[in-house]
Amino acid sequence: MNKRNLLLLAGVLVLSGPAFVTGCKPKQLITQVQSGVAEKVYVAPGKHDEFYNVVSGGFSGGVAIYGLPSGRLFRQIPVFSQNAESGYGYSEETKPMLNTSFGYQVWDDQHHVSLSTTKGEHDGRWIFANGNNTPRIARISFETFRTEEIIEIPNSAGNHSSPFITENTEYTVAGTRFAYPLDDEGANPDVPLDDASFKKNFKSVVSMIAVEPKTGRMSIAFQVLLPGIDIDLARAGKLKSHGWIFFSCYNSEQAHTLLEVNASQKDKDFIVAINWKQCEEYVKAGQGRKSHVKYAHNVWDERTHSATSTFENQTIVLDPTQLPGIAYLMPCPKSPHGCDTDPTGSYIVGSGKLAAIIPVFSFDKMLRAIAAKDLEGEFAGLPVLKYASVLHGEVKKPGLGPLHTEFDGKGFAYTSFFVTSELVKWNIATLQVVDRVPTYYSVGHMSIPGGPTTKPHGKYAIAYNKITKDRYLPTGPELTQSAQLFDITGEKMKLLLDFPTVGEPHYAEALPATLVEPKSKKFYKLEENQHPYVTKSEKDARVVRDGKVVHVYMTAIRSHLAPDNIEGVKVGDEVYFHITNLEQDWDVPHGFAVKGSGNSELLIMPGETATLKYVPSRVGIAPFYCTDFCSALHQEMQGYLRVSAAGSDVPLTFGLGDTAKP
Amino acid sequence: MRATFYRFALMETLRPVTRLLLALAALSLVATFFLPLWQIQLWAPQYPEGLTMKIWLHRISGDFDIINGINHYIGMKSIRAEMFPEFKIMRPLVGLVIGLGLLPALTGRRRWLYLFVLLLFVGGALGMLDYCRWGYDYGHDLNPKAAISVPGMSYEPPLIGYKNLLNFVAYSGPDYGGWVFIGVGVVAVVLSGWEWRLARLLRAQK
Repeated sequence: MNKRNLLLLAGVLVLSGPAFVTGCKPKQLITQVQSGVAEKVYVAPGKHDEFYNVVSGGFSGGVAIYGLPSGRLFRQIPVFSQNAESGYGYSEETKPMLNTSFGYQVWDDQHHVSLSTTKGEHDGRWIFANGNNTPRIARISFETFRTEEIIEIPNSAGNHSSPFITENTEYTVAGTRFAYPLDDEGANPDVPLDDASFKKNFKSVVSMIAVEPKTGRMSIAFQVLLPGIDIDLARAGKLKSHGWIFFSCYNSEQAHTLLEVNASQKDKDFIVAINWKQCEEYVKAGQGRKSHVKYAHNVWDERTHSATSTFENQTIVLDPTQLPGIAYLMPCPKSPHGCDTDPTGSYIVGSGKLAAIIPVFSFDKMLRAIAAKDLEGEFAGLPVLKYASVLHGEVKKPGLGPLHTEFDGKGFAYTSFFVTSELVKWNIATLQVVDRVPTYYSVGHMSIPGGPTTKPHGKYAIAYNKITKDRYLPTGPELTQSAQLFDITGEKMKLLLDFPTVGEPHYAEALPATLVEPKSKKFYKLEENQHPYVTKSEKDARVVRDGKVVHVYMTAIRSHLAPDNIEGVKVGDEVYFHITNLEQDWDVPHGFAVKGSGNSELLIMPGETATLKYVPSRVGIAPFYCTDFCSALHQEMQGYLRVSAAGSDVPLTFGLGDTAKP
Repeated sequence: MRATFYRFALMETLRPVTRLLLALAALSLVATFFLPLWQIQLWAPQYPEGLTMKIWLHRISGDFDIINGINHYIGMKSIRAEMFPEFKIMRPLVGLVIGLGLLPALTGRRRWLYLFVLLLFVGGALGMLDYCRWGYDYGHDLNPKAAISVPGMSYEPPLIGYKNLLNFVAYSGPDYGGWVFIGVGVVAVVLSGWEWRLARLLRAQK
């Protein structure tokens, strides 16, 4: 090689060097989208989606409704958090919904949803949703998409393994994510935080909340006392395993500090199997301890358009160390999260967050092990079944960090993997992995339409990812949450669509639109409105003073509020605007807001009455108006309230048009 | 040949088959007591499902509350049952028509049949005229203080068929009850035409 060639080679190397230094991105890290997927998620303008996707709103405190396959967001239902947009938690009618034994709670962390079932199949009646922080369960109507009931769970902290339901929605369940000293009246909850105190004072409780089949009304039927272990997720048995419910738990180490390390020491934690039918027998027989506690029960009445909050004061607590046959522990590798029963009710899939296998338990084997007293030993007085005796088998090398499994009804299971960021499809019978797809990034939970039921609708899998990073246009440090839709009709899963989500979804369900769409309510009938402050006709609109309290009986119809001129209100008065929307047509809400009210707006649906409290703080004119673009003359839908000084003698007058002062 | 064919039918009174059909036709008018006569439908971009108003012998039904809610912007009167004093007399009138239809069926008198046909047509024409008069008034007599006033625009609904009215497409046409009336009219005309021919043959033979 002559000098010239050498120089040339050196030049080429120097110039192309950086390409080798940065390397090439491995192929599997590049999103693979096949051609033709756009058609599969395209829902033409004006056409409806095939599925409703009911998605937990995480720290938004509500539930979000999307369409599938389009991924379009339709509605955010306020549940556990105040919502200034709709007035939920601000209007006088909705304030009681957020009442608890701790008083009014403005926020909660909404983790999981559960859709009502009959014979294990979706029936389109209700959505159940849990509040994780201040333990509660809510029930949402599929007719109105509104929160109809919230019940507080006493003797509990961190209601995570909730609101999973039994086959015919006999029960929705709650469980203690934080082991916690019970709330019994008279007991001293002021206990030290140390090992000895933890073992002695901290308990975990599973609550079975009965659901009245016609009205959906919830009541705590009984609670099962467990040792201080952190209960994580749950699924009820179905078909052959109907009558049982399974809870995963972590921290069987019973650590109270640095759980990251201290709760990850043992090879196995547990899946707790509870025989709730046996529990019912004990309750019927008068067994169990009465626990005197205080918890709120808030119910929305659609006729009065108002909620009431009452306090209940007792639960029945069953102690499985005293009452045999109701609780068994199945060892499950490394801090299990998901605990999912397959559509036949034969298998329980545990997903150890730190495990490198997926254990699949057999319900039949569990029953045999119980009958044969095939025990490994005891944990805090509870029988621990032998792992090998209850195991159907293990899925080998599925990935790292399995979290949750859903089913397609064709014999396959789909497990989400947080650490390896993928969905893995495997055969339940053979335990062989058949397909895997990457998710972007770090999938937490996943959902298949009907996945937790006895009759999955299949078709799609949706991954709810925890990390978004570069998937969308950036919006500063705080990014959107993200879901990904996969086609699972073929042998291989195919990525179809990314769509942003609200809050941080921890779980979701989907059901065919045909189960819900036909019964969706269009408006409330005015003649059925039994609100105590309803104004059914404009001629009844009026303002009434009662001491320092002023009631404004106001009506809203396109395009005026009646009355729209009010005088004689004074600083320090308590003014209640009771606004009735007189419209009787679909999609004609009216809104209401007053300047400087320190309160939210109201959104009032046709035929509904809602109340905004307003305490005027200074003398002057307070304009009010309709906040919902209701009509061509929406902008004219406005009025004035005159606020006079506290001692003023301005008489109370009101009017609209001809009845206003000239 | 024709005369021979019709010979059996040549009699002074209406033929039995005519009388039977006539009785059935007259009695079928009872259905109009239970069926809407006329329908008005309105579509707009915001109302893809359409708004419908039905006119019966004695009442209106359908979405007229919603229609009123929209129409007040352009100053149209509120549609309510009191607007139509006709509702008080329509059912007795149709009762009378049924009676007059049964009369030739029972007596067999040709003249009663012709009178019945005449009555049906005059009645129908008067009805349409009345509807037309109402529609004109409803579309033209607008509140001068209305929020929206389009110079030169009136909102008379179509007598029959389709018409564009601002953002709405309006349709007007017979409903089930109306079709019963039309059907009875057709039957009565055909029968009387037939009987007229027979009467002429009879006279010729004489």
